[in-house]
Parts: sequence; structure tokens; C-alpha cells
Amino acid sequence: MSDLIKFKIDGKDCMAEAGKYIVDAAADNGIYIPTLCNMKGVQPKGACRICSVRINGRLMTSCTTPVTDGMEIESDSAEIQDLRKSIIELLFVSGNHFCPACEKSGSCELQALAYRYQMMVPRFPYEFPLKRVDASSPRIIKDQNRCIFCKRCIKTIKDEKGRSYFVFRNRGHKLEVVLDETMGKTMDEATAKLAMENCPVGSILVKERGFEIPIGKRKFDKEPIGSDIKL
Amino acid sequence: MENTIKQIVEKYNSNRMRLMDILIDIQESEGYISRDAITTMAAMLDMSQADVEQTISFYHFFSTKPRGKYTVYLNNSPVAYMFGREAIKEAFEKSAGIPFGQVTDDGLIGLFDTACIGMNDQEPAAIINNVVFTRLTPYRVREIVKMMKEGKPMEELRKESFGDGKNNLPSLRSMVSSNIRRKGMILSDDYKYGTVIKEKLPTMSPENVIAEMKHSSIRGRGGAGFPTGLKWEFCRRAKGEKHYVICNADEGEPGTFKDRVILTEKPELVFEGMALAGYAIGGDEGVLYIRYEYRYMKNYLEEVLEKMRNEGLLGENISGIEGFNFDIRIQFGAGAYVCGEESALLESLEGKRGEPRDKPPFPVEKGYLGNPTIINNVETFATAVRIVQNGGEWFTQFGTDDSTGTKILSISGDCMFPGVYEVNWGFNVEDMLDMVGAYDVQAVQVGGPSGTLIGPDEFHRTLGYSDLSTGGSMMIFGKQRNLLKDVVVNFMEFFIDESCGSCSTCRNMTQVMNNKLKKILAGKGVAKDLKDLKEWSKVLNPSRCGLGQTAANPIVSSLKNFRHLYEELLQKDKDFDEGFDLESSVQASCNYVGRVPVFNHH
Repeated sequence: MSDLIKFKIDGKDCMAEAGKYIVDAAADNGIYIPTLCNMKGVQPKGACRICSVRINGRLMTSCTTPVTDGMEIESDSAEIQDLRKSIIELLFVSGNHFCPACEKSGSCELQALAYRYQMMVPRFPYEFPLKRVDASSPRIIKDQNRCIFCKRCIKTIKDEKGRSYFVFRNRGHKLEVVLDETMGKTMDEATAKLAMENCPVGSILVKERGFEIPIGKRKFDKEPIGSDIKL
Repeated sequence: MENTIKQIVEKYNSNRMRLMDILIDIQESEGYISRDAITTMAAMLDMSQADVEQTISFYHFFSTKPRGKYTVYLNNSPVAYMFGREAIKEAFEKSAGIPFGQVTDDGLIGLFDTACIGMNDQEPAAIINNVVFTRLTPYRVREIVKMMKEGKPMEELRKESFGDGKNNLPSLRSMVSSNIRRKGMILSDDYKYGTVIKEKLPTMSPENVIAEMKHSSIRGRGGAGFPTGLKWEFCRRAKGEKHYVICNADEGEPGTFKDRVILTEKPELVFEGMALAGYAIGGDEGVLYIRYEYRYMKNYLEEVLEKMRNEGLLGENISGIEGFNFDIRIQFGAGAYVCGEESALLESLEGKRGEPRDKPPFPVEKGYLGNPTIINNVETFATAVRIVQNGGEWFTQFGTDDSTGTKILSISGDCMFPGVYEVNWGFNVEDMLDMVGAYDVQAVQVGGPSGTLIGPDEFHRTLGYSDLSTGGSMMIFGKQRNLLKDVVVNFMEFFIDESCGSCSTCRNMTQVMNNKLKKILAGKGVAKDLKDLKEWSKVLNPSRCGLGQTAANPIVSSLKNFRHLYEELLQKDKDFDEGFDLESSVQASCNYVGRVPVFNHH
């Protein structure tokens, strides 16, 4: 058993195993810090910045920062909650997210966060960018309109040699997550399904197959995201 | 061609960590990186093709399409525009017969824009096939394009008018000028390189070196200002198989060019500084990571390294100190400003996209190849030599209490004598403007686009870590300049182009803010827009790296110090304007169906 350390989140005394990432340590103590790009058991890469907290006056991502003894973390302040909401809104305006027409509705983490943060209308103007849909693989559809660049597929979907099916292309505002053309052609069913499941939004869809669970009965239709940690 | 690719990959032992070198060599030998080259490379490196492509597509100077036998990269910094870039661009387009962003049908000439190439004191400037052409005029451009059409070799294109100082050396033969206007401890000629390694280090332990560095209070010269001695100490104490010394010569902040001058005139000082840092932290390998824009220095710098090896200043048991082994290799970047951020630099050095890493862990603990690493600026290493030579105490007599020593400034824009000036920290802006002969100054951009834009009422402020902190970029704008249109938009677009895209904040917010700025410039702004700009800029704060965190600075600082320029453009009679232009939005559709729209103007 590893050593337990003490720390505080928003003034509340907490305990966790040393070296745990803040986001997991908080969950262990019943405190929900929202995440989007993070995945349990996968090396984090603070991409979405939604889990930002303040430590010693500095903003840090709680999915990448290990908790240390005596650490004082600020997570539930008006400033940080608004920052998180801004980021959700920013993701909405910079892609084309039309929830009613999306197969992932109800299981989508971005949509669920928007509900949890009570987003009505984004404060930023919609950009309606022109994006493509790549259906060249016989197994999956990669819809760039819905991609939020979380890197989950890049980090988790690999072949037996450890080569990535998905990668980034270009940079900055022109960034895309693309599927390797050759590997996309030979992708097996299980890999395709895993890619779809690991995608927090509806950007990766398995072809010729709808979602098994009907709308209204999907994960976040029943209770808000993060409810397993804190309502 | 397949053989060429194979040879190149094998030259780097089929090591994917050397992907940058592999790609640079292929780009230079083939003119582009073809589909076939990617297939061959991916198989040899055990990578997916898309994985190879993701590195290619990150860097500005890599291309999967031919970019012409002669490839012109014309600098687009604001200062380039101030010195006639538009006319140069026109001359290139007219004589080559193509617009920028294209290659001629016969594949002879390609014209491309590029971000600041570190020549702001001799604009307009362009890089053609790795040769830097400075002080371009339309006449000269016509001459150059004519020679290209005649298929002349690069040796003929570059006329025999070379720059000053060591730019004249046979291994450089560069048209670039060093323009050194003021010398201090680094640029002065009173130090014979190698003295510290030969005479000082044998009498000092690594701990002594770190103690002198700490005593000097020197802080990093790249701009962030971390105490150098502390960084070295952390690294020395960190456990790892190997310890690395990296010199950051990425110098991408628009308006900065002092590292180019230091590396031209005093490269030995920099390399000596790296070696003594290696001695201090217990590392035997150094890398100079240098931006591709300075590719023209490759042979020269390699020659200097070879000379220093021959003189026993690099190699094994240096200066007779048992176990003091140190050597340096040069790694070129390929056009990405963000690689100046130390952890992005490390990613690039490992052959990957230059995306900054999450911190902690910091590079001093887990850096290059996962080992303890120090990354310091060119100027910091050069300064370290003088500190160890004369002692930390001596160093503190220069500058101020919290900013000791000298700083080399890169000064450009509207002034009589642009160039490089080495001054003591604590210099104030007013004196600086008088020093360079700048009159009728409207504004000074201190520290490049990520820094601050200040006006005359702040010219009393001083250069230093506690007031105007700067990596050395100083751009001066005269009264005749349109700050918002010519400077702020240019800088915002620079950040949009250079964002790695990893963080949601920097990838999107730069664009959202620039759109709003353009709305204001188009006369559609209202008072609330200024409030929005200020509020929205805060969303960039949680970005992973300095680029993202400061990417709104061009707007934020101009809004703070030149608010009247924004207010003049606002509509006074409106509280709200969606900024939507119906007429232009329906234009395309009207053209298709042949209708003339009737607008109901309120």
C-alpha cells in the first residue's frame, strides 16, 4: 500500500495515494473535476484544458498534475467554472456540433458537459468552418465536423506493432485528426468499435450500424456527466 | 529515388528520433517529400505513413508537393512591410508570373510567405534555397528572377556583396550584416575563447561552477527569466542515465535576431558555454537546436565545432580533466515558432511534432529522451563563460539588483540605426530610442508579439525582469504607422499560424479574437466588443505553454495602451452589431441563380 498524503480542494480536507493525478485523487474524495480529453488508464495530455484548477496562483491541468502533500487546490471558484464553460462554448463554435442530428447524442461527453454547465447560447460567434467527412475506410467514418482534438483515438488505437491508426495533420487552426489511409483499409471490426467508443463525441462512427441504445436511454440521458462522482 | 531515401534513413541508423534530420535531407535532396518517400521511410522506421506525415505537416519548410527548383520564402513581419515588402512581393509575382503560394507550371519557381526570418534590421529579406537575400529592391528582384529563368546556380544569384564581420568568411559568404552597434561583455573582442575551459575549469569543481552561476543571479536570456544557476543545480541533482545540454537557437520571436549575430560573431563563446554547462551538470552531450531559417550557417558552425575539437576544447578529457567529455551536434528545426518553447523543442529534437509537453515533469528532471536536460538560450551560454571567467560577484556590478548583467537587444523598425545593441539591464526605453536615433515614435513593441506594445507615456519604463521583461526584440513604430491594421493583425495572424493546435484554448481563441478585431476594423464594432476582447482573452490563460498564454497579448496590450485607436473605429449609435454582412454572404448564391437581391435596409 502506498503512502497516503493530505491535500485540500476548495478548503475541503482530502487524502490520496501520493503520485495520483489530481483529477483521480479528487474523484476518490467525491469531488468532480470535469474532463474531456482524459481517459482512465491512458497517459494524459492536457489538451482540452477543461480540468484546469488553480494551485499556488497558477492554472494547472488536474489530469496531468500529480497531487503532492499539503497541496491546496482551487477548483470550484466562479472564475474557474466560467473558464470551463468558456472552453465548452469555444469547442462548440469552432466545430459543427448539431446534436439533434448526431448519432452520439446522449452518449456524447461534450454535449453532456454543455448540459452540466448549463450552456444556452455560446458567447462566441459560431464559425461554421467547412470540414470534411472521411468515409474512405470500409470500417469507419471520420467526421471532422465533430472532432474536438482530444487525442484519445491517437493514443489508444494502435496496431500490433504499436503504430497509430490516427494522427494529427497540420497545426493550429488547420489541425485535423486523420486516419492512416492504408491502415484504415485493413482495420478490423473490434478496433473500429473501440475507436468509436473511445471517441468522446460523434467524430468516429462504425459504418453500416446504428447505436444499439435508443435515444432517451443513453448514458447521459439518465443522469448528468460526473454523477458517478458527485451530482 | 528509393535508393536515395534508403541511404538517408540509414545515415541516421533508421532511428525515428532523428526524423527531423531525415526529413530535412529528403526535402533538400528531392525538393519535396513524396508519397513514395513517405512509404519507404515509414516501413524502414516502423511507423504508420500518417505518423510520418503528422511530423511533416507540422513544419512550415517541409512539403509533400514540389516547391520549385528555386523556392522563395519572403518574410512577412510588420517591419518587412514597413520597408517595402508589398513592392517586393509584386515584383516577384510579376516577374515570375505567379501569385504567392504557388509554383510555376514548369516547376522552376515557387513563391511562399514565411514568418520573421530574423533579418528585421535589413528588410525586406527572403530566403531562396537556403541563401538569405537582404535589403531587396524591386530591381534586384527582377534581376534574381531573370537569373532563375536562365537556370543560373545559386552562387551566381548571390552577387558578390557580402555582409560585415564574419559574414565574409569563405564558409559563410552571406549577404547578411551583423550590424553590431554597441558591445558589452559578450560581443566585445577582449576575450579569447577557450580561456575558461583551459585555465578556469581545472581549478573548479562542477559545484563551484554552479555556485558562481547562482551568485551571479543571471536569469535566462530567452525571455522567461528562470534563474540559470538553479536550473543547472536541479539538473545536476536529477537522476538519469545521461544528462544533456541543449542550446535553444530557435529564435522565432518576430523582431529578434541577436542570436543570429552571436552565433555568427561569437560561436566559440556559445559552444564553450555549453561545454562548461556540461561540466557543471555532468553531461557529455550537447545539441544546438537552431531554426531552419539559419540553415546558411550550417557549414560555418560545423567548421567552428571541428576547430574546437582540434584545439581540445571539445572531445574527451578536455583540458586534462579526467572524465570531462563533451561534444556538440547541430540539430535544425524546420519552421515552427512554438519549438522555441523548451519542451516543444525537445519533442522536435526527438523527431516529433513540436507540441509542448505537460509540466511537471520539467526538463531538468525528464527532458531529452527522458533524461535530465538543461535548455538555455544562446545568449545565456555565452554569458556563462564570462561569469565563470570573472566570478559571479563581478557580474552583479552590471545591470540592476533583480536583473544582473547585460542584455543584447535586437532593435528594428522606424529608427536610423537598426541592429544589435548590448546594454546593461535597467536601460530605459527613452534612452534606447535616443541611442538608435528614433524620432516621432508612436509605439514600441517590447519583447515581440508575445510582449507589450507601449506608447510615449510609458517610455520612462526600464528593461528588466521586474518591469519590461524581454528576450530582446524591440520594434519601433513611427507616427505614420497604422498600429491596429499593420501591427496587431499581423501579430495575431502570426499566432494563429504558429499555434501547435494542441490546446483547445490557443487553437480556437486566437481565431475568435482576431475575427472580432477584424469586425472592428471593418467599421462594424460596438462598445461591447472591446469588453468582450478583454474578457475573452482570459480563456487563453489555462493554455499549456507560453505561446498560448500570451497569444492574445497583441490585442490585450494595444487595447490597454492605445484604446483610443479602437474607440475611433466604433459605431457610436449602436449597442449591438452582429457583424454579419448579408450582401456579401448571399453574393455567391445570387451569382449562381442570376438574381439581384433587394435588401431591406433599416
